[in-house]
Parts: sequence; structure tokens; C-alpha cells
Amino acid sequence: MGKTITEKIFAAHLRDQLSEDSMVLDLDVVLCHEITTPIAIMDLIDKGKDQVFNPDRIKAVIDHVSPPKDSNTALQAKILRDWARRHRIKDFFDIGANGVCHAIFPEKGFIRPGNTVIMGDSHTCTHGAFGAFAAGVGTTDLEVGIYKGVCSFRRPQSIKINLTGTLTPGVVAKDVILAVIGRLSVNGATDRIIEFTGPVVEAMSMSSRMTLCNMAIEAGATCGICQPDRITAQFLWPFIADQYGGLDDAVAEFSRWHSDSDAVYESVIDIDVSDLEPQVTFGFRPDQVKTAAAFHETVVDQVYIGSCTNGRIEDLRDAAAILKGRHIAEKLRGIVVPATTDIYRQALDEGLLAIFLDSGFCVMNPSCGACLGMSAGVLAEGEVCASTTNRNFNGRMGKGGMVHLMSPLTAAATAVAGSIVDPRPYLSSEVTR
Amino acid sequence: MTRFGGPAFRLDRDNINTDEIIPARYLTESSKTALQPHLLEDLLIDGKKFDRNTPELQQATVLISRKNFGCGSSREHAVWVLEVNDISVVIAESFARIFRQNMFNCGILAIELDAAAIADIFALPAPLAVQVDLSRSVVEIGPNGQQGSGSDLRTFPFTLNEFDRELIAAGGWLAYADSRY
Repeated sequence: MGKTITEKIFAAHLRDQLSEDSMVLDLDVVLCHEITTPIAIMDLIDKGKDQVFNPDRIKAVIDHVSPPKDSNTALQAKILRDWARRHRIKDFFDIGANGVCHAIFPEKGFIRPGNTVIMGDSHTCTHGAFGAFAAGVGTTDLEVGIYKGVCSFRRPQSIKINLTGTLTPGVVAKDVILAVIGRLSVNGATDRIIEFTGPVVEAMSMSSRMTLCNMAIEAGATCGICQPDRITAQFLWPFIADQYGGLDDAVAEFSRWHSDSDAVYESVIDIDVSDLEPQVTFGFRPDQVKTAAAFHETVVDQVYIGSCTNGRIEDLRDAAAILKGRHIAEKLRGIVVPATTDIYRQALDEGLLAIFLDSGFCVMNPSCGACLGMSAGVLAEGEVCASTTNRNFNGRMGKGGMVHLMSPLTAAATAVAGSIVDPRPYLSSEVTR
Repeated sequence: MTRFGGPAFRLDRDNINTDEIIPARYLTESSKTALQPHLLEDLLIDGKKFDRNTPELQQATVLISRKNFGCGSSREHAVWVLEVNDISVVIAESFARIFRQNMFNCGILAIELDAAAIADIFALPAPLAVQVDLSRSVVEIGPNGQQGSGSDLRTFPFTLNEFDRELIAAGGWLAYADSRY
């Protein structure tokens, strides 16, 4: 009987089999940010166990509230910073060189095919785009991960989502994943891994694959995962070139992390994306999805472009292509947050930030900020936000606020129109994805 | 083995997420006790703001809910805010993975019962008194706040994964992992 990619990763990292259904895995990478890590650090200190299993396998960033907005968040940043220095964690990204965790860690080449990865952040599933098993965990799992380099998981069962057909202009990875969540429901993949396969995924950039995997948790999944291929190898090439004779060698080596043709799945769902239209959420659950065209006069107070879902350079290019030569609607505010410092600089060099500024957008430094209502773009009671983020829960971006999730294209078109619209009439030839 | 239980409070909704259990605006706290006043602060039931000030909730040590309890963010604060409010058992039709693991990692219980059992429990008259017997793997519920034996006592069997049972016995994952790895 064949194995799925996830079963292969589990087998290669199995440290302990605790029961038929529970296993403990050795971890390749433990990622940390300043919201969920400090309590783990303080608890380890309190218990006299202030140690790390391997400082080279721990990566840390200040990203949620950056720069700190108050004394509490300054303290959280300080606890993380002091700890990183104390334990010689060299891959620590402080204010000025930081970025949203699920954007900056892949950007630095830290996540490799076949890796096991945890972080105290539910969107850790993003890193499955690299053919890694990457799971969001709570602070206690993170604490044990930091201290012992292990984490427990249940036996992995996978749902295969086979994406066929061709995406039409104006329809992007965010629309695909919103449609998938709409189909699976918010608990349709609980305790499962969503394996994204098929020609649509094979044609996607790493950025788009990260958008897909990022929202696997919104269907309850432990991880989203894509099979590593030439596109993965090309993305990682600057970091792995010295390990391989050439790109072909890397691609061949990565293929050991492909699911076998006779692997067993709990279910296989085929979705032809050819007729897919831009998708937008309504209500307070991410599986409440309908087409952008089905919205009529849903007036928006704020448009937010950024986050671990859609704050990468391709996303900013998409939005800027629509905003170029246009201004955002009156009575509406736009906020754009390049996800990392490097993306910010690249957007600056490409002239994208000038387009955002000319259109009336506020350009923010990298942070998770408003996505979870912590800083830099929080909504007032009763306000409505069109957002490229990943959660539309009640109160998510501010108490009493309403969030509609959508692609950067749809968000940019909505910013121009003032209410939720289908972006396709706004497309220019510059939108290539 | 430890017995868990006490007065129970029912939250009649699917998909109660961790943002509702403890909003992100309180994640800047570096102590668990600071979370205490904010339990379920953003919860909506039937589209309306949930009244958190009911004495039945304040006295509860057990929560009972429906499908996919604790979905969304991985924040363990959603478990800690229960702990600091003396709630050590959540019973639901199903849980989100991370929330369920966080409960056992903290040495407290997330118990799944099937849809029929949950429907029965939601039909019982308030107040409810719950006892969890881990050695017999049963939840015992006495209606009208009565505990112990009696003709009205309802018994609901559950299954607990062997590892989760060991986490409860060890008092959580850190202690367990520290002794084993």
C-alpha cells in the first residue's frame, strides 16, 4: 500500500508511537513570534528549564504588533528578543528587518520539502506549500517544541483536492481556496491534511501555493500540503544551490516527497476551476462564500491588503495593477501592508508603493496588525472591511466590525468602487496571473 | 484517578471560535489571570451578543457545546481563560484539533459525545450537574443540579485516546515530555 506525502514525512520523523493513533515527531523547524512564545519562555524560566533543543532550528520574529503599540506589546517583544539573544538564536528578525511570520520564514528559505514544522500560530499550515508538514499549535506544544524538539500528532489522514481546468483572468488562488472552504465547510477537514494536487496547483507560483495552504486551517485541517517540484526548487535555489549539482538534481531529490499513486485518501475531491468566479465571504464564517458579483451595494468603510494570506509581492502587483491611474472611493480608507521588509523594498523599487499612495492608500510597515484586530487598522463598531486576510469571525478586526474576505484583485476593485464588486471589469493587461 | 465535574453551562451553537472565547485584543497580556474577566466576550448566540453575566456561567466548571468547538486561532489563551474561570471540562459534539490538543496539553478535558447524546443533554432542564468518571469513561449528568446517584441520573459513555488519558494523568504535555524525552 502506497503512502501519502504526509505519511512519508511522519515515517521519516517518528520519535515515539504513543498509541495506535498518537505519534510524536522530531521537529526540523520551530517558528516563534512575540504573541504566543513569551508565555512559553516565562513558563520554562519559572520551571528552571530555560533551554532550547537546537538554536539553529528555531526561528523567531516580532510580527504581530510591530513596532509595539503599548507597554504590554513592548514587553512581549522584549521577552522574545532577550530570549533569542540569550540562546544565540541567529535567525531572529527584529523591527526593521521583520515581516509576517508565514511570509518571512519561507522568504528566507527556512522551510524545505519533507520538513516537520510547528509554530504557535494557526496559519502555520502555509508552509505546507513547500511539501513540508507544518502545523499550528498552542503554547504548550510550542514550549515542548522549543525545549525538546518534538510534538505529538494523530495519525495523518488526508483529503486530496485535485484542481483541474484553467483559472481565467481575474480569478486567483484566494478564490480557489475560498471555494474549497465553502465546499468542505469550517470543520470538513478537522484532524485531516488537505493535499492540493492537479494541473492548477502544478502551474501555481509558490506565492499562490502559500495562499492555498494558508487557509487550510479554515476548513479545520492540520496542514495543507503541495508536492514539491521544479517551481519549489526554483524558489529555494538561492538557499540550496551548493547542495545540488543542478536544479534537476534538486527536483529529482524532492520527488521522494511525492505521494505514491496507490496512496490511500479519506476522500478525493475533483474541482474544475475553469468556471470559477471571484469569491467573497459573507457572515462570520470563512465557509460562507458567494461570488463577488452576487454582492449588491455592500458599502465598505475600509479595504485592507496584506497578511500571511495575501501580502506578498505578487499580491501587491495584482492590487496595484487595478489601482494604477485610479483613486479609491470617497469615504473609504485603504490600508496596504507589504508582508515583509524585503517585499516592502521590492514594492518600492517596482513603483507599487507610489501607485498605492497616489490612489489614496495608507502604506504601512510589515505587521499582522489589523488582521486580528491588534493594531494598525482596527475597525470601529458597525464598520465593514473588504480584506485579503483569512478570517471573518465576529470581532476579528475589531469589536463589532464585519470582514469580507477576498483576493487582492477584488479588494482593489472594491476600493475603487466603494462597494464589493467583481474585479474583472477593472482588469488591465498587466494582471498576468 | 482524578474526577472532573461540577455545575455545567450550555453554549447552544456550532463553531464557537477562539476569537469569541478570548478576543485577540487581550493576547497582549503576559499573565493568564489577566484574561479572567474576558471569557466569551465576543460570543454571538443566535446572532445576538451573549450575556456573560449569568450566574449559571459564573458558577460553571463544565461547558457543553455542539460542533467544532474552539475553531480558528491556535491561541492557548482560549484554554487558559477557561482554567482561570475554574472550567476544567468542555463537552462537545466535536472540537477543532488545536483547541482539543491544548486542553489535554494543559491536563484538562475535552470530551466528545455523539450528536444524539449532545441533543439529549441540551434537552435536559437546567441546572445540570456533571461528573466525569475517567476510570469508567462515562459522563454522568444529574438534572436540576443533583449529583450522585438517583433515578434521573443520565450516563453517557465516551472514549478517550490512550495518549490523552496519559496527558491527564501526567498533568499535561510538558511534564509528560520532560519525563520521557
